[in-house]
Amino acid sequence: MELYTPIFVLGGIGAAFVIVSMIVGAIAGPKRYNRTKLQAYECGIEPTPQPVGGGRFTIKYYLTAMLFIVFDIEVIFLVPWAVHLDALGIFGLVVMILFLVNVSIAYAYEWRRGGLEWN
Amino acid sequence: MTPTTVVSAAALDAEPGLDAFGNDPWWIILIKALAVFVFLMLCVLMMIMADRKVMGRMQQRHGPNRFGPWGLLQSLADGVKLSLKEDLIPRTVDKVIYIAAPMIAAIPAFFAFSVIPVGPEVTMFGVETRLQLTDLPVAVLLVLATASLGVYGIVLAGWASRSPYPLLGGLRASAQVISYEIAMGLSFIAVFIYAGTLSTSGIVEAQQNIWFAVILFPSFVIYLITMIGETNRLPFDLPEGEGELVGGFMTEYSSMKFTMFFLAEYVNMVTVSAMSVTLFLGGYLAPPPITTFWPGANEGWWPALWWLIKFVCVMFLFVWVRGSLPRVRYDQLMKLGWKILIPIQLVWITAVAVIRVLNNQEYPGYVTAIVIGVFGLLVFLGLWAWSRAAAKAKAQEAAEHEAELRARRENPMYGGFPVPPMIAPHYGTSVLAEEPRYQPASAPKREEVSGA
Repeated sequence: MELYTPIFVLGGIGAAFVIVSMIVGAIAGPKRYNRTKLQAYECGIEPTPQPVGGGRFTIKYYLTAMLFIVFDIEVIFLVPWAVHLDALGIFGLVVMILFLVNVSIAYAYEWRRGGLEWN
Repeated sequence: MTPTTVVSAAALDAEPGLDAFGNDPWWIILIKALAVFVFLMLCVLMMIMADRKVMGRMQQRHGPNRFGPWGLLQSLADGVKLSLKEDLIPRTVDKVIYIAAPMIAAIPAFFAFSVIPVGPEVTMFGVETRLQLTDLPVAVLLVLATASLGVYGIVLAGWASRSPYPLLGGLRASAQVISYEIAMGLSFIAVFIYAGTLSTSGIVEAQQNIWFAVILFPSFVIYLITMIGETNRLPFDLPEGEGELVGGFMTEYSSMKFTMFFLAEYVNMVTVSAMSVTLFLGGYLAPPPITTFWPGANEGWWPALWWLIKFVCVMFLFVWVRGSLPRVRYDQLMKLGWKILIPIQLVWITAVAVIRVLNNQEYPGYVTAIVIGVFGLLVFLGLWAWSRAAAKAKAQEAAEHEAELRARRENPMYGGFPVPPMIAPHYGTSVLAEEPRYQPASAPKREEVSGA
Protein backbone atom coordinates (compact mmCIF):
# COMPACT_ATOMS: atom_id res chain seq x y z
CA MET A 1 0.00 0.00 0.00
CA GLU A 2 2.90 2.33 0.66
CA LEU A 3 3.63 2.32 -3.04
CA TYR A 4 0.18 3.73 -3.70
CA THR A 5 0.06 6.45 -1.03
CA PRO A 6 2.06 9.07 -2.99
CA ILE A 7 -0.35 8.73 -5.93
CA PHE A 8 -3.21 9.73 -3.71
CA VAL A 9 -1.18 12.57 -2.19
CA LEU A 10 -0.55 13.97 -5.67
CA GLY A 11 -4.15 13.34 -6.70
CA GLY A 12 -5.33 15.05 -3.53
CA ILE A 13 -3.27 18.15 -4.27
CA GLY A 14 -4.64 18.19 -7.80
CA ALA A 15 -8.23 17.70 -6.62
CA ALA A 16 -7.88 20.46 -4.03
CA PHE A 17 -6.55 22.82 -6.69
CA VAL A 18 -9.33 21.98 -9.13
CA ILE A 19 -12.15 22.32 -6.60
CA VAL A 20 -10.80 25.50 -5.00
CA SER A 21 -10.25 27.21 -8.33
CA MET A 22 -13.73 26.26 -9.50
CA ILE A 23 -15.25 27.71 -6.33
CA VAL A 24 -13.13 30.86 -6.74
CA GLY A 25 -14.28 31.13 -10.34
CA ALA A 26 -17.91 30.81 -9.28
CA ILE A 27 -17.53 33.51 -6.61
CA ALA A 28 -15.16 35.98 -8.25
CA GLY A 29 -16.92 36.56 -11.54
CA PRO A 30 -19.68 39.11 -12.11
CA LYS A 31 -23.27 37.89 -12.29
CA ARG A 32 -25.38 39.68 -14.86
CA TYR A 33 -27.91 37.22 -16.18
CA ASN A 34 -30.57 37.67 -18.78
CA ARG A 35 -32.87 35.26 -20.54
CA THR A 36 -30.86 34.91 -23.74
CA LYS A 37 -27.62 34.42 -21.88
CA LEU A 38 -29.03 31.42 -20.05
CA GLN A 39 -30.10 29.69 -23.24
CA ALA A 40 -28.01 26.96 -24.80
CA TYR A 41 -25.68 28.34 -27.47
CA GLU A 42 -26.80 27.61 -30.98
CA CYS A 43 -25.26 30.31 -33.14
CA GLY A 44 -27.86 32.87 -32.12
CA ILE A 45 -31.02 31.06 -33.14
CA GLU A 46 -33.66 29.82 -30.71
CA PRO A 47 -32.22 26.60 -29.27
CA THR A 48 -33.65 23.32 -30.49
CA PRO A 49 -35.55 21.68 -27.65
CA GLN A 50 -33.45 18.71 -26.58
CA PRO A 51 -35.23 15.48 -25.70
CA VAL A 52 -35.01 14.54 -22.04
CA GLY A 53 -32.33 11.93 -21.57
CA GLY A 54 -30.33 13.00 -24.60
CA GLY A 55 -32.35 11.44 -27.41
CA ARG A 56 -30.94 9.03 -29.96
CA PHE A 57 -27.73 8.92 -31.86
CA THR A 58 -26.38 6.72 -34.56
CA ILE A 59 -25.84 3.02 -33.97
CA LYS A 60 -22.25 3.33 -35.22
CA TYR A 61 -21.14 4.62 -31.86
CA TYR A 62 -22.41 1.44 -30.25
CA LEU A 63 -20.65 -0.69 -32.85
CA THR A 64 -17.40 1.16 -32.23
CA ALA A 65 -17.86 0.79 -28.49
CA MET A 66 -18.43 -2.95 -28.77
CA LEU A 67 -15.40 -3.44 -30.98
CA PHE A 68 -13.45 -1.34 -28.51
CA ILE A 69 -14.40 -3.67 -25.67
CA VAL A 70 -13.24 -6.70 -27.65
CA PHE A 71 -9.90 -5.10 -28.42
CA ASP A 72 -9.41 -3.64 -24.98
CA ILE A 73 -9.82 -7.07 -23.44
CA GLU A 74 -7.36 -8.36 -26.01
CA VAL A 75 -4.82 -5.71 -24.96
CA ILE A 76 -5.33 -6.60 -21.31
CA PHE A 77 -4.71 -10.28 -22.11
CA LEU A 78 -1.61 -9.34 -24.05
CA VAL A 79 -0.03 -7.36 -21.20
CA PRO A 80 0.80 -10.19 -18.76
CA TRP A 81 1.77 -12.41 -21.68
CA ALA A 82 4.18 -9.77 -22.98
CA VAL A 83 5.79 -9.26 -19.58
CA HIS A 84 6.49 -12.97 -19.15
CA LEU A 85 7.11 -13.92 -22.77
CA ASP A 86 10.68 -15.03 -22.02
CA ALA A 87 9.44 -17.48 -19.41
CA LEU A 88 6.51 -18.72 -21.48
CA GLY A 89 8.61 -19.55 -24.53
CA ILE A 90 7.33 -21.23 -27.68
CA PHE A 91 4.16 -22.53 -26.00
CA GLY A 92 3.05 -19.06 -24.94
CA LEU A 93 3.87 -17.65 -28.35
CA VAL A 94 1.78 -20.21 -30.24
CA VAL A 95 -1.16 -19.87 -27.84
CA MET A 96 -1.17 -16.11 -28.13
CA ILE A 97 -0.92 -16.18 -31.92
CA LEU A 98 -3.96 -18.47 -31.99
CA PHE A 99 -5.78 -16.00 -29.73
CA LEU A 100 -4.82 -13.08 -31.96
CA VAL A 101 -6.07 -14.96 -35.02
CA ASN A 102 -9.33 -15.62 -33.19
CA VAL A 103 -9.89 -11.96 -32.45
CA SER A 104 -8.81 -10.96 -35.95
CA ILE A 105 -11.58 -13.11 -37.44
CA ALA A 106 -14.21 -11.04 -35.64
CA TYR A 107 -12.34 -7.91 -36.67
CA ALA A 108 -12.19 -8.94 -40.33
CA TYR A 109 -15.89 -9.83 -40.20
CA GLU A 110 -16.84 -6.40 -38.92
CA TRP A 111 -14.58 -4.77 -41.49
CA ARG A 112 -16.18 -6.72 -44.35
CA ARG A 113 -19.70 -5.99 -43.09
CA GLY A 114 -18.95 -2.27 -43.14
CA GLY A 115 -18.88 -1.73 -39.40
CA LEU A 116 -15.77 0.40 -39.74
CA GLU A 117 -17.11 2.69 -42.48
CA TRP A 118 -17.72 6.26 -41.41
CA ASN A 119 -19.24 8.92 -43.53
CA MET B 1 3.09 -30.60 -22.17
CA THR B 2 6.84 -31.09 -22.29
CA PRO B 3 8.94 -29.91 -19.37
CA THR B 4 10.31 -27.01 -21.36
CA THR B 5 6.86 -25.49 -21.70
CA VAL B 6 6.07 -25.66 -17.99
CA VAL B 7 6.38 -22.16 -16.63
CA SER B 8 8.06 -22.19 -13.29
CA ALA B 9 6.49 -20.06 -10.62
CA ALA B 10 9.95 -18.78 -9.76
CA ALA B 11 10.40 -17.35 -13.24
CA LEU B 12 7.09 -15.55 -13.01
CA ASP B 13 7.91 -14.26 -9.55
CA ALA B 14 11.17 -12.74 -10.65
CA GLU B 15 9.89 -9.18 -10.81
CA PRO B 16 12.63 -6.57 -10.71
CA GLY B 17 12.68 -5.10 -7.26
CA LEU B 18 10.71 -2.06 -6.32
CA ASP B 19 12.56 -1.94 -2.99
CA ALA B 20 13.71 1.61 -3.68
CA PHE B 21 10.13 2.81 -3.44
CA GLY B 22 7.60 2.99 -0.65
CA ASN B 23 10.02 3.77 2.18
CA ASP B 24 10.26 7.55 1.95
CA PRO B 25 9.39 9.55 5.05
CA TRP B 26 6.08 11.38 4.78
CA TRP B 27 7.61 14.82 4.35
CA ILE B 28 9.70 13.65 1.40
CA ILE B 29 6.53 12.28 -0.21
CA LEU B 30 4.85 15.63 0.37
CA ILE B 31 7.80 17.58 -1.06
CA LYS B 32 7.97 15.37 -4.12
CA ALA B 33 4.22 15.48 -4.69
CA LEU B 34 4.23 19.27 -4.40
CA ALA B 35 7.22 19.48 -6.74
CA VAL B 36 5.43 17.33 -9.32
CA PHE B 37 2.30 19.44 -9.00
CA VAL B 38 4.23 22.69 -9.41
CA PHE B 39 6.12 21.21 -12.34
CA LEU B 40 2.86 20.20 -14.01
CA MET B 41 1.33 23.64 -13.52
CA LEU B 42 4.48 25.39 -14.77
CA CYS B 43 4.56 23.07 -17.76
CA VAL B 44 0.95 23.88 -18.56
CA LEU B 45 1.55 27.63 -18.31
CA MET B 46 4.76 27.50 -20.34
CA MET B 47 3.28 25.13 -22.87
CA ILE B 48 0.28 27.35 -23.58
CA MET B 49 2.64 30.27 -24.01
CA ALA B 50 5.13 28.29 -26.12
CA ASP B 51 2.27 26.89 -28.16
CA ARG B 52 1.16 30.36 -29.15
CA LYS B 53 4.69 31.73 -29.58
CA VAL B 54 5.93 28.87 -31.76
CA MET B 55 2.70 28.79 -33.76
CA GLY B 56 3.11 32.51 -34.24
CA ARG B 57 6.65 32.13 -35.53
CA MET B 58 5.56 29.32 -37.84
CA GLN B 59 2.95 31.64 -39.29
CA GLN B 60 5.42 34.53 -39.57
CA ARG B 61 4.00 36.64 -36.78
CA HIS B 62 5.10 37.35 -33.23
CA GLY B 63 2.60 35.69 -30.96
CA PRO B 64 1.95 37.07 -27.47
CA ASN B 65 4.75 39.38 -26.36
CA ARG B 66 3.24 41.92 -23.98
CA PHE B 67 3.07 40.31 -20.54
CA GLY B 68 6.44 39.91 -18.88
CA PRO B 69 9.72 39.42 -20.77
CA TRP B 70 8.98 37.96 -24.25
CA GLY B 71 5.39 37.40 -23.19
CA LEU B 72 6.38 34.73 -20.67
CA LEU B 73 3.60 35.63 -18.25
CA GLN B 74 0.89 35.62 -20.90
CA SER B 75 -0.84 32.42 -19.80
CA LEU B 76 -0.73 33.48 -16.14
CA ALA B 77 -2.56 36.64 -17.09
CA ASP B 78 -5.02 34.58 -19.11
CA GLY B 79 -5.66 32.35 -16.12
CA VAL B 80 -6.34 35.28 -13.80
CA LYS B 81 -8.60 36.87 -16.35
CA LEU B 82 -10.54 33.64 -16.89
CA SER B 83 -11.15 33.27 -13.16
CA LEU B 84 -12.65 36.76 -13.11
CA LYS B 85 -15.09 36.00 -15.91
CA GLU B 86 -18.76 35.39 -15.41
CA ASP B 87 -19.49 31.78 -14.46
CA LEU B 88 -22.51 31.08 -16.59
CA ILE B 89 -24.66 27.96 -16.23
CA PRO B 90 -27.32 27.72 -18.96
CA ARG B 91 -30.80 26.99 -17.66
CA THR B 92 -31.31 23.81 -19.66
CA VAL B 93 -28.26 21.88 -18.45
CA ASP B 94 -28.20 18.83 -16.21
CA LYS B 95 -26.70 20.73 -13.33
CA VAL B 96 -24.98 18.06 -11.21
CA ILE B 97 -23.25 16.36 -14.13
CA TYR B 98 -22.51 19.73 -15.71
CA ILE B 99 -20.55 20.85 -12.65
CA ALA B 100 -18.94 17.47 -12.03
CA ALA B 101 -17.70 17.04 -15.60
CA PRO B 102 -14.76 19.50 -15.48
CA MET B 103 -13.59 17.94 -12.23
CA ILE B 104 -13.82 14.44 -13.70
CA ALA B 105 -11.78 15.63 -16.66
CA ALA B 106 -9.11 17.47 -14.67
CA ILE B 107 -8.49 15.44 -11.50
CA PRO B 108 -7.45 12.07 -13.04
CA ALA B 109 -4.99 13.93 -15.25
CA PHE B 110 -2.84 14.63 -12.18
CA PHE B 111 -2.55 11.01 -11.05
CA ALA B 112 -0.60 9.69 -13.98
CA PHE B 113 2.54 11.76 -13.54
CA SER B 114 3.29 10.11 -10.16
CA VAL B 115 4.86 7.09 -11.86
CA ILE B 116 7.06 8.98 -14.33
CA PRO B 117 10.77 8.47 -13.52
CA VAL B 118 12.73 11.72 -13.77
CA GLY B 119 16.00 10.44 -12.34
CA PRO B 120 17.73 7.71 -10.34
CA GLU B 121 18.67 7.87 -6.65
CA VAL B 122 19.64 11.31 -5.37
CA THR B 123 20.21 12.78 -1.95
CA MET B 124 17.39 15.13 -1.05
CA PHE B 125 17.77 16.93 2.30
CA GLY B 126 19.96 14.12 3.57
CA VAL B 127 17.58 11.35 2.50
CA GLU B 128 18.37 8.90 -0.28
CA THR B 129 15.42 8.87 -2.62
CA ARG B 130 14.60 8.45 -6.26
CA LEU B 131 13.49 11.30 -8.49
CA GLN B 132 10.14 9.63 -8.98
CA LEU B 133 7.10 9.94 -6.78
CA THR B 134 6.40 6.23 -6.69
CA ASP B 135 6.52 3.14 -8.84
CA LEU B 136 4.13 0.23 -9.08
CA PRO B 137 4.31 -3.27 -10.49
CA VAL B 138 1.55 -2.06 -12.85
CA ALA B 139 2.68 1.54 -13.35
CA VAL B 140 1.98 1.73 -17.09
CA LEU B 141 -1.52 0.41 -16.58
CA LEU B 142 -2.12 3.22 -14.09
CA VAL B 143 -1.25 5.74 -16.78
CA LEU B 144 -3.55 4.07 -19.30
CA ALA B 145 -6.37 3.92 -16.76
CA THR B 146 -6.18 7.57 -15.73
CA ALA B 147 -5.85 8.64 -19.37
CA SER B 148 -9.14 6.94 -20.18
CA LEU B 149 -10.88 8.21 -17.03
CA GLY B 150 -10.51 11.72 -18.38
CA VAL B 151 -12.76 10.79 -21.30
CA TYR B 152 -15.69 10.48 -18.90
CA GLY B 153 -15.36 14.17 -18.16
CA ILE B 154 -15.55 15.03 -21.86
CA VAL B 155 -18.49 12.74 -22.60
CA LEU B 156 -20.45 13.86 -19.54
CA ALA B 157 -19.75 17.51 -20.37
CA GLY B 158 -21.21 17.02 -23.84
CA TRP B 159 -24.12 15.04 -22.46
CA ALA B 160 -25.02 17.37 -19.60
CA SER B 161 -24.96 20.50 -21.76
CA ARG B 162 -28.19 19.46 -23.54
CA SER B 163 -27.17 21.27 -26.67
CA PRO B 164 -26.39 19.86 -30.12
CA TYR B 165 -22.80 21.00 -30.54
CA PRO B 166 -21.53 19.79 -27.18
CA LEU B 167 -23.34 16.48 -27.61
CA LEU B 168 -21.70 15.92 -30.98
CA GLY B 169 -18.33 16.96 -29.58
CA GLY B 170 -18.65 14.58 -26.65
CA LEU B 171 -19.66 11.66 -28.86
CA ARG B 172 -16.83 12.34 -31.27
CA ALA B 173 -14.36 12.58 -28.41
CA SER B 174 -15.41 9.27 -26.92
CA ALA B 175 -15.31 7.44 -30.24
CA GLN B 176 -11.93 8.95 -31.10
CA VAL B 177 -10.28 8.34 -27.77
CA ILE B 178 -11.37 4.73 -27.49
CA SER B 179 -10.24 4.09 -31.06
CA TYR B 180 -6.78 5.48 -30.45
CA GLU B 181 -6.46 3.95 -27.02
CA ILE B 182 -6.33 0.46 -28.51
CA ALA B 183 -3.50 1.35 -30.85
CA MET B 184 -1.76 3.04 -27.91
CA GLY B 185 -2.14 0.00 -25.66
CA LEU B 186 -0.88 -2.24 -28.45
CA SER B 187 2.19 -0.08 -28.98
CA PHE B 188 3.08 -0.60 -25.30
CA ILE B 189 2.99 -4.38 -25.73
CA ALA B 190 6.20 -4.48 -27.75
CA VAL B 191 7.92 -2.45 -25.04
CA PHE B 192 6.72 -4.88 -22.37
CA ILE B 193 8.07 -7.79 -24.38
CA TYR B 194 11.54 -6.26 -24.44
CA ALA B 195 11.52 -4.76 -20.94
CA GLY B 196 9.87 -7.71 -19.20
CA THR B 197 8.24 -5.44 -16.64
CA LEU B 198 5.42 -2.92 -16.26
CA SER B 199 7.18 -0.68 -13.75
CA THR B 200 8.34 2.56 -15.36
CA SER B 201 11.73 2.64 -13.64
CA GLY B 202 12.34 -0.94 -14.75
CA ILE B 203 11.49 -0.02 -18.34
CA VAL B 204 13.96 2.87 -18.23
CA GLU B 205 16.70 0.64 -16.79
CA ALA B 206 16.04 -1.88 -19.57
CA GLN B 207 17.06 0.79 -22.10
CA GLN B 208 20.64 1.11 -20.79
CA ASN B 209 22.09 -0.35 -23.97
CA ILE B 210 19.75 0.96 -26.63
CA TRP B 211 16.59 3.02 -26.63
CA PHE B 212 13.37 1.24 -27.47
CA ALA B 213 12.63 3.98 -30.00
CA VAL B 214 15.42 2.48 -32.12
CA ILE B 215 14.68 -1.23 -31.92
CA LEU B 216 10.89 -0.80 -31.77
CA PHE B 217 10.64 2.06 -34.24
CA PRO B 218 7.14 1.23 -35.63
CA SER B 219 5.74 1.11 -32.09
CA PHE B 220 7.31 4.48 -31.39
CA VAL B 221 5.85 6.10 -34.49
CA ILE B 222 2.39 4.69 -33.78
CA TYR B 223 2.63 5.83 -30.18
CA LEU B 224 3.43 9.36 -31.35
CA ILE B 225 0.36 9.34 -33.61
CA THR B 226 -1.94 7.93 -30.95
CA MET B 227 -0.71 10.29 -28.26
CA ILE B 228 -1.82 13.22 -30.42
CA GLY B 229 -5.14 11.47 -31.01
CA GLU B 230 -5.60 10.73 -27.30
CA THR B 231 -5.08 14.32 -26.26
CA ASN B 232 -7.40 15.69 -28.98
CA ARG B 233 -4.73 17.91 -30.47
CA LEU B 234 -4.47 19.01 -34.07
CA PRO B 235 -4.65 17.33 -36.56
CA PHE B 236 -7.02 15.16 -34.54
CA ASP B 237 -8.87 17.88 -32.63
CA LEU B 238 -12.31 17.05 -34.02
CA PRO B 239 -14.08 17.03 -30.63
CA GLU B 240 -13.52 20.76 -30.42
CA GLY B 241 -13.09 21.63 -34.07
CA GLU B 242 -13.81 25.35 -34.07
CA GLY B 243 -14.87 25.47 -37.68
CA GLU B 244 -17.54 22.82 -37.35
CA LEU B 245 -18.62 22.42 -33.74
CA VAL B 246 -18.13 25.92 -32.28
CA GLY B 247 -16.24 24.75 -29.18
CA GLY B 248 -17.21 21.10 -29.12
CA PHE B 249 -17.95 19.65 -25.71
CA MET B 250 -16.97 22.85 -23.93
CA THR B 251 -19.27 25.21 -25.83
CA GLU B 252 -21.52 25.76 -22.81
CA TYR B 253 -18.71 26.18 -20.31
CA SER B 254 -17.24 29.44 -19.15
CA SER B 255 -14.86 30.87 -16.59
CA MET B 256 -12.96 28.37 -14.39
CA LYS B 257 -14.97 25.38 -15.63
CA PHE B 258 -13.71 26.06 -19.13
CA THR B 259 -10.22 26.52 -17.74
CA MET B 260 -10.37 23.07 -16.14
CA PHE B 261 -10.92 21.40 -19.52
CA PHE B 262 -8.02 23.39 -20.90
CA LEU B 263 -5.87 22.39 -17.92
CA ALA B 264 -6.82 18.73 -18.33
CA GLU B 265 -5.87 18.81 -22.00
CA TYR B 266 -2.45 20.28 -21.33
CA VAL B 267 -1.73 18.07 -18.31
CA ASN B 268 -2.62 15.08 -20.47
CA MET B 269 -0.19 16.34 -23.09
CA VAL B 270 2.52 16.52 -20.43
CA THR B 271 1.70 13.00 -19.30
CA VAL B 272 1.75 11.37 -22.72
CA SER B 273 4.98 13.18 -23.64
CA ALA B 274 6.56 11.99 -20.40
CA MET B 275 5.35 8.47 -21.17
CA SER B 276 6.92 8.54 -24.62
CA VAL B 277 10.21 9.65 -23.06
CA THR B 278 9.97 6.89 -20.45
CA LEU B 279 8.96 4.05 -22.73
CA PHE B 280 10.84 4.81 -25.92
CA LEU B 281 13.47 7.52 -25.47
CA GLY B 282 15.39 6.07 -22.56
CA GLY B 283 13.80 8.13 -19.81
CA TYR B 284 16.41 9.89 -17.72
CA LEU B 285 19.38 8.08 -19.29
CA ALA B 286 21.91 10.28 -21.01
CA PRO B 287 21.92 10.14 -24.82
CA PRO B 288 24.39 7.39 -25.86
CA PRO B 289 27.34 9.46 -27.16
CA ILE B 290 27.58 11.45 -23.92
CA THR B 291 28.26 8.46 -21.66
CA THR B 292 31.29 7.39 -23.75
CA PHE B 293 33.35 10.43 -22.79
CA TRP B 294 31.59 11.32 -19.54
CA PRO B 295 30.90 8.25 -17.41
CA GLY B 296 29.25 10.28 -14.64
CA ALA B 297 26.47 11.56 -16.86
CA ASN B 298 23.95 9.15 -15.37
CA GLU B 299 24.59 9.99 -11.72
CA GLY B 300 23.27 12.53 -9.30
CA TRP B 301 20.92 15.21 -10.57
CA TRP B 302 22.18 15.22 -14.19
CA PRO B 303 19.63 12.63 -15.42
CA ALA B 304 16.83 15.08 -14.62
CA LEU B 305 18.40 17.41 -17.20
CA TRP B 306 18.51 14.70 -19.90
CA TRP B 307 14.91 13.86 -19.09
CA LEU B 308 13.89 17.49 -19.38
CA ILE B 309 15.62 17.93 -22.74
CA LYS B 310 13.90 14.89 -24.23
CA PHE B 311 10.60 15.94 -22.71
CA VAL B 312 10.78 19.42 -24.20
CA CYS B 313 11.62 17.93 -27.61
CA VAL B 314 8.50 15.74 -27.53
CA MET B 315 6.38 18.68 -26.37
CA PHE B 316 7.76 20.72 -29.26
CA LEU B 317 6.62 17.95 -31.58
CA PHE B 318 3.02 18.66 -30.57
CA VAL B 319 3.32 22.29 -31.67
CA TRP B 320 5.26 21.38 -34.78
CA VAL B 321 2.61 18.89 -35.90
CA ARG B 322 -0.08 21.42 -35.11
CA GLY B 323 1.63 24.04 -37.23
CA SER B 324 2.25 21.68 -40.16
CA LEU B 325 -0.80 19.50 -40.67
CA PRO B 326 -4.41 20.39 -41.50
CA ARG B 327 -7.25 18.87 -39.51
CA VAL B 328 -8.33 15.47 -40.79
CA ARG B 329 -11.89 14.58 -41.72
CA TYR B 330 -13.82 12.44 -39.27
CA ASP B 331 -14.02 9.34 -41.45
CA GLN B 332 -10.30 9.64 -42.19
CA LEU B 333 -9.62 9.77 -38.47
CA MET B 334 -11.59 6.62 -37.73
CA LYS B 335 -10.14 4.89 -40.77
CA LEU B 336 -6.60 5.68 -39.66
CA GLY B 337 -7.32 4.38 -36.17
CA TRP B 338 -9.19 1.19 -37.00
CA LYS B 339 -8.02 0.15 -40.44
CA ILE B 340 -4.38 1.18 -40.47
CA LEU B 341 -2.88 1.51 -37.00
CA ILE B 342 -4.48 -1.55 -35.41
CA PRO B 343 -3.68 -4.10 -38.17
CA ILE B 344 -0.10 -2.80 -38.40
CA GLN B 345 0.24 -3.14 -34.65
CA LEU B 346 -1.12 -6.69 -34.55
CA VAL B 347 1.32 -7.84 -37.24
CA TRP B 348 4.19 -5.93 -35.64
CA ILE B 349 3.59 -7.36 -32.16
CA THR B 350 3.47 -10.87 -33.56
CA ALA B 351 6.73 -10.22 -35.40
CA VAL B 352 8.42 -8.83 -32.28
CA ALA B 353 7.27 -11.78 -30.18
CA VAL B 354 8.38 -14.32 -32.76
CA ILE B 355 11.83 -12.75 -33.09
CA ARG B 356 12.23 -12.46 -29.33
CA VAL B 357 11.29 -16.09 -28.67
CA LEU B 358 13.50 -17.35 -31.48
CA ASN B 359 16.44 -15.38 -30.07
CA ASN B 360 15.86 -16.86 -26.62
CA GLN B 361 15.56 -20.43 -27.83
CA GLU B 362 18.95 -20.34 -29.58
CA TYR B 363 17.86 -22.39 -32.53
CA PRO B 364 20.26 -22.90 -35.43
CA GLY B 365 20.24 -20.05 -37.90
CA TYR B 366 18.23 -21.79 -40.60
CA VAL B 367 15.19 -22.30 -38.32
CA THR B 368 15.11 -18.57 -37.62
CA ALA B 369 15.51 -17.87 -41.33
CA ILE B 370 12.65 -20.22 -42.22
CA VAL B 371 10.30 -18.78 -39.61
CA ILE B 372 11.08 -15.21 -40.59
CA GLY B 373 10.72 -16.14 -44.26
CA VAL B 374 7.30 -17.73 -43.72
CA PHE B 375 6.17 -14.82 -41.59
CA GLY B 376 7.39 -12.31 -44.15
CA LEU B 377 5.63 -14.28 -46.91
CA LEU B 378 2.36 -14.24 -44.94
CA VAL B 379 2.63 -10.51 -44.36
CA PHE B 380 3.45 -9.96 -48.01
CA LEU B 381 0.46 -12.06 -49.12
CA GLY B 382 -1.78 -10.16 -46.72
CA LEU B 383 -0.55 -6.83 -48.08
CA TRP B 384 -1.02 -8.02 -51.64
CA ALA B 385 -4.60 -9.17 -50.97
CA TRP B 386 -5.30 -5.92 -49.17
CA SER B 387 -3.94 -3.73 -51.96
CA ARG B 388 -5.93 -5.74 -54.53
CA ALA B 389 -9.13 -5.28 -52.52
CA ALA B 390 -8.36 -1.59 -52.09
CA ALA B 391 -7.74 -1.14 -55.82
CA LYS B 392 -10.99 -2.97 -56.58
CA ALA B 393 -12.94 -0.78 -54.17
CA LYS B 394 -11.35 2.31 -55.66
CA ALA B 395 -12.24 1.21 -59.20
CA GLN B 396 -15.81 0.54 -58.12
CA GLU B 397 -16.07 3.93 -56.49
CA ALA B 398 -14.69 5.59 -59.62
CA ALA B 399 -17.20 3.68 -61.77
CA GLU B 400 -20.08 4.79 -59.56
CA HIS B 401 -18.87 8.36 -59.72
CA GLU B 402 -18.58 8.13 -63.49
CA ALA B 403 -22.10 6.68 -63.74
CA GLU B 404 -23.47 9.53 -61.69
CA LEU B 405 -21.69 12.10 -63.82
CA ARG B 406 -23.11 10.47 -66.93
CA ALA B 407 -26.58 10.49 -65.48
CA ARG B 408 -26.14 14.16 -64.68
CA ARG B 409 -25.08 14.93 -68.23
CA GLU B 410 -27.94 13.02 -69.80
CA ASN B 411 -30.59 14.42 -67.54
CA PRO B 412 -29.98 17.91 -66.20
CA MET B 413 -32.77 17.37 -63.72
CA TYR B 414 -30.85 14.45 -62.19
CA GLY B 415 -31.03 14.81 -58.46
CA GLY B 416 -33.21 17.88 -59.01
CA PHE B 417 -33.20 19.28 -55.56
CA PRO B 418 -31.84 21.60 -54.19
CA VAL B 419 -30.46 23.54 -57.16
CA PRO B 420 -32.77 23.51 -60.18
CA PRO B 421 -30.76 23.68 -63.38
CA MET B 422 -31.40 26.46 -65.87
CA ILE B 423 -33.32 24.15 -68.18
CA ALA B 424 -35.96 23.48 -65.57
CA PRO B 425 -39.25 25.30 -66.10
CA HIS B 426 -39.71 28.47 -64.19
CA TYR B 427 -42.93 28.77 -62.36
CA GLY B 428 -45.27 31.39 -63.56
CA THR B 429 -43.74 31.79 -67.00
CA SER B 430 -44.30 29.82 -70.12
CA VAL B 431 -40.89 30.28 -71.67
CA LEU B 432 -37.51 28.86 -70.82
CA ALA B 433 -35.39 31.30 -68.90
CA GLU B 434 -32.34 30.62 -70.97
CA GLU B 435 -31.25 28.38 -73.75
CA PRO B 436 -29.61 25.31 -72.21
CA ARG B 437 -25.86 25.56 -72.56
CA TYR B 438 -25.50 21.88 -73.09
CA GLN B 439 -27.65 20.01 -75.53
CA PRO B 440 -28.23 16.46 -74.30
CA ALA B 441 -27.43 13.78 -76.85
CA SER B 442 -30.95 12.47 -76.87
CA ALA B 443 -32.67 15.76 -76.31
CA PRO B 444 -36.29 15.31 -75.45
CA LYS B 445 -38.64 17.52 -77.37
CA ARG B 446 -38.79 20.75 -75.44
CA GLU B 447 -42.29 21.48 -74.42
CA GLU B 448 -43.50 24.70 -73.10
CA VAL B 449 -44.42 24.03 -69.57
CA SER B 450 -46.38 26.43 -67.59
CA GLY B 451 -46.16 26.55 -63.88
CA ALA B 452 -48.82 25.69 -61.38
